[in-house]
Amino acid sequence: MGQRKNRSGYLFILPALAVIIVFRFYPILQAIRMSFFKWGMAGPLEVIGLRNFSRLLADTKFYQSLGNTFWYLVFVVPLTIILSVLFAQLLNQRVSGRGIYRTIYYLPVVTSIVAVSVVWKWIFNPDRGVLNAMFSLFGVEGLKWLNDARGIFEIILAPLNIAPSGFLSGPSIALCALIIMAVWHNIGYCVIIALAGLQNVPEQYYEAAKIDGAGNWKTFRHVTLPLISPTIFYLIITQSIFAFNTFTPVYVMTQPPGGPLGTTKLVVFYLYEQAFKLWNLGYANAIAFAVFIIIFLLTQFQKKFIERRVHYE
Amino acid sequence: MNKKIGIHLFLILAAFWMLLPFFWMLSTSFKTQMEALRFPPTIFPAALLFSNYLEAFRQVDFSRYFLNTIIMTAGTTLLVFITSTLAAYAFARLRFWGRDSLFTLFLAMMMIPIPVYLAPSYVILSRLGWIDTFMALIIPWSANVFAIFLLRQHFRMLPQELFDAARIDGLNHLQILRRIVLPLSKAILVTIGIFQIVSNWNAFLWPLIVTHSDSMRTIQTGLAYFSQAESTNYPLLCAASTFTTAPLIIMYFFVQKQIMESYSRTGIKE
Repeated sequence: MGQRKNRSGYLFILPALAVIIVFRFYPILQAIRMSFFKWGMAGPLEVIGLRNFSRLLADTKFYQSLGNTFWYLVFVVPLTIILSVLFAQLLNQRVSGRGIYRTIYYLPVVTSIVAVSVVWKWIFNPDRGVLNAMFSLFGVEGLKWLNDARGIFEIILAPLNIAPSGFLSGPSIALCALIIMAVWHNIGYCVIIALAGLQNVPEQYYEAAKIDGAGNWKTFRHVTLPLISPTIFYLIITQSIFAFNTFTPVYVMTQPPGGPLGTTKLVVFYLYEQAFKLWNLGYANAIAFAVFIIIFLLTQFQKKFIERRVHYE
Repeated sequence: MNKKIGIHLFLILAAFWMLLPFFWMLSTSFKTQMEALRFPPTIFPAALLFSNYLEAFRQVDFSRYFLNTIIMTAGTTLLVFITSTLAAYAFARLRFWGRDSLFTLFLAMMMIPIPVYLAPSYVILSRLGWIDTFMALIIPWSANVFAIFLLRQHFRMLPQELFDAARIDGLNHLQILRRIVLPLSKAILVTIGIFQIVSNWNAFLWPLIVTHSDSMRTIQTGLAYFSQAESTNYPLLCAASTFTTAPLIIMYFFVQKQIMESYSRTGIKE
């Protein structure tokens, strides 16, 4: 009996285990091996030791893509989360028609990122786009959006005669276009999660705050925010990982691929280019490991410095 | 009262921004190329032209892309149901040596970001001779660790008496799973099914890498290809974007609650 119990356990796991080993576990070992090779599509494979990694450390395009990804993340994640907590807070005020608002805000989430990118590329069109048309209604001159490589700090600080360059000039206007679209696309998801967090706050906390004479802002800052901090922490972690893995908008929207002067080239797109356009598969693995380590460190960093401030009940 | 009006104004403004791209996509899809290029643009199309929809279907083989996507979705969903219910049952209800360490290994695989898999998976698939086949689209995604995790949690909460009674009746594990456990797990299976449908329908990077030929394109790689081929004909592109997103949006209106639930529990993204 015991024996049979044993065997069925392994048999039941076998199909899933086979797939996980061949397509999840083995590729990681393969990736480690490949990163020590000059591994192209044609020609002999050649062991080159750590040269892929030393090349990576000296690759200015890699650093540029990391810088772009940094700005992308630093804008997308806080903007999405702040706006979604605000919307969720408003929706939580027992407003009528809450279901309708929620349905509308969530709609972009189920829409494919490819279609969304196609449509936003049209919206951002510098000559015929609806966004610049709206600008002109208010007498504001339109922007070149996806074709504009100028960094936003460069533009903002120009009147002060400060001209930051490179990384310090911040995300380019083109990258800002991608940022706007990403916030639009992800906000519904975050609203739903934040709303669930808010609905879990027991009513008596609010009553107690009212009795103590706390105003709206004070109640939000000292009662609501600490109580939903685990939710916010969850959103920070997941949104950071999503942002880091962004690929499709860069592929669909930017021309030349990676945007003007490479200012929208995010690191996963750079990896794709190296692997599947230039067929430097070994080198692409070195990039993949850098991505893995950065995501890992980022999550650890967030755990250490943000989670400290999270109040778990 | 004034406060409520203020809140509504704010929420309506936000709703306007959320809907604007959809409205613009629909509106443009009915315009002629001439009308679309007018500046400032017309808000509503001069006439409801369906010709863009027909033209998009004529120019590239969208019906083929739909069919491929349906095959990919059906294949992975069916296989995920089989592999994950079996594995979850074993992890939740059977005792065998190495069970918990295997489960930990499964969970650890979820920590690895997708980009790490791209190059080595391509090499593995090309050695198997699977590049540009349905095998490459389906088999690597035929086990889903998160589905196993959700089902395991659910199976563990089912009362032990149920299993004892079934054993006394002489059912074997496969029969218990099919006749007793699965009928009690409908809600969670719906969550997983929706996850499968949405993530397959919207999958882009993987099909882009593992398929090459036009006849193997899926909805998303097909749309991306079309957007490069017809990069300036926005009425055509908006028509194609509309009919490629319509199936999921229609589904969303019917099973909104389940979709939100599925997203919240699985954290799906592209």
